[in-house]
Amino acid sequence: MIRVFRHAILLLACAAPAKAQDVPLVADLSSHLVAITTGFTGTDVLLFGATDGPGDIAVVVRGPTTDAVVRRKERFGPIWINGTAVTLRDVPSYYRVASSRPLNDFVPQLLLSRFQIGLENIRMTTAGENSSPELGNEFREALVALKLDDGLYDQGLGAINLMSNRLFRTELHFPAHVPTGTYLVEVYLFRHGQVASAEIVPLVISKVGIGADIYDFAHDLAPLYGLMAVLLATAAGWAASAAFRRI
Amino acid sequence: MISLLLATKGRAGPEMQIYLPIAEMSVNIVLVLGLGGVIGLLSGLFGVGGGFLMTPLLIFIGIPPGVAVGTQAVQIVASSVSGVLAHMHRGNVDFRMGAVLTAGGVLGSMLGVLLFSILKQTGHIDLTISLGYVIFLSAVGGFMLMESLPAALGRKRVALASALRGPGQHTWMHGLPLKMRFRRSRLYVSALVPAAIGFLVGVLVALMGVGGGFLIVPAMIYLLGMPTQVVIGTSLLQITFVAAVTGLLQASVNHTVDVVLALLLLVIAVVGAQLGARLAGKIKGERLRLMLAVMVLLVALRLALGLVLTPSDVFSVGESVAP
Repeated sequence: MIRVFRHAILLLACAAPAKAQDVPLVADLSSHLVAITTGFTGTDVLLFGATDGPGDIAVVVRGPTTDAVVRRKERFGPIWINGTAVTLRDVPSYYRVASSRPLNDFVPQLLLSRFQIGLENIRMTTAGENSSPELGNEFREALVALKLDDGLYDQGLGAINLMSNRLFRTELHFPAHVPTGTYLVEVYLFRHGQVASAEIVPLVISKVGIGADIYDFAHDLAPLYGLMAVLLATAAGWAASAAFRRI
Repeated sequence: MISLLLATKGRAGPEMQIYLPIAEMSVNIVLVLGLGGVIGLLSGLFGVGGGFLMTPLLIFIGIPPGVAVGTQAVQIVASSVSGVLAHMHRGNVDFRMGAVLTAGGVLGSMLGVLLFSILKQTGHIDLTISLGYVIFLSAVGGFMLMESLPAALGRKRVALASALRGPGQHTWMHGLPLKMRFRRSRLYVSALVPAAIGFLVGVLVALMGVGGGFLIVPAMIYLLGMPTQVVIGTSLLQITFVAAVTGLLQASVNHTVDVVLALLLLVIAVVGAQLGARLAGKIKGERLRLMLAVMVLLVALRLALGLVLTPSDVFSVGESVAP
């Protein structure tokens, strides 16, 4: 419950009143909270907005950043074992970019790297002893490929429909195993290779209901959770044998 | 059966999915219940724990190996509690022996959970679990095949027990210190031997999510020379306690016990086990035992192939453990 309140406050703070007639770009989401419940199998959130004239739209959705260890399996005798490992810092747990046209058609590379738009422009730093640039690059590419396969990264160029150069919309997909946290949906309006306007909409992905309670319990009060699980199992085993003895 | 399992994976509609809060993924509820039921039935039919089949099958359907092993420890508690209660009613439990085994088992479990945690951090836990299963399933399956093949073909079974166990035989074991008298088992041996057996089983429960019945029962009969009628009850007593401690430690240290998955599995597995136990009296066992042996070997083969064949992707990603 506290979690929900915290998010509500955050949302109020971010959703400062925007005057549509003053700004060249407005955008919003069909929902600002994705609730992961027991029956959660992934969801789509609709991003929609309007511009004050022609231009190109690019949308970037970023999940909370984490550190990730990428490991490479290497042959060791007859079997494959995890060998070289590289730790990458500032890895977005979720990343999705969508645009009205291929990015390079309307955004200079300089801006793509500055705003980290596009999978190849996400800045991740390598850490640890195995941090030669070539190795870092190879493992970074491997990470992006794995995340693409996993459905946590996506690049949808041309996925945004612009209607009469004013209205735009796109579906943002979040799979069943989407990481929780505060996401930022960045919407950019480009004109003549420049950012004409930009807006950031927050999106909270949170476990709610019994699944969230179990997760919090298991991590905050781990020993007690373990004790409960064992007692539950004991009770179930005992109840089953008692029930079946009577039949 | 395995290919069938893999084929059903992810095909059912979204309404059949349930979200596992600790594994952090959705699974098909019918698939999980089916798995639990079949393994429960098999365990009731053959009197085996079922953990050694359940853990690899959970891994096959995509449950992270760590969560499969941790959850399985809790699952083992449920399935062995009912067994130990039944044996206590018949007076077939040597509590003194059980206490010594458990003491060793708890120490083994602590080491196992610690090892598990280290292997998880260094990225070798999946390999260790798979490799452990390949070795143990090959051994168990091979032994069962050798035992059941002659019987299924109508030949006389080799009297292994009497060949290995001679009453009053003096071996290196009897020279060890800390001798204890176990009245119920009619034994006077060093407490170090059962404690060491218990220790080994504790490590196995923590690392692999198996009860270790296939290891402890032969060890008690052939190594310690315990009377057969108290072996099962006493080993179940030890497994119950060691699995309980392991479940507690896995939940506290590694956060790998998924209570939703455990509940789903144990409810259906307990029912399956009871039905299996009832069926066991009515079905000709030898051919079924042979089938189980073949199945165990197939699971081992599938895991072994996963280790040996060139992986489709040599890269894998894990959360960083360093803060």
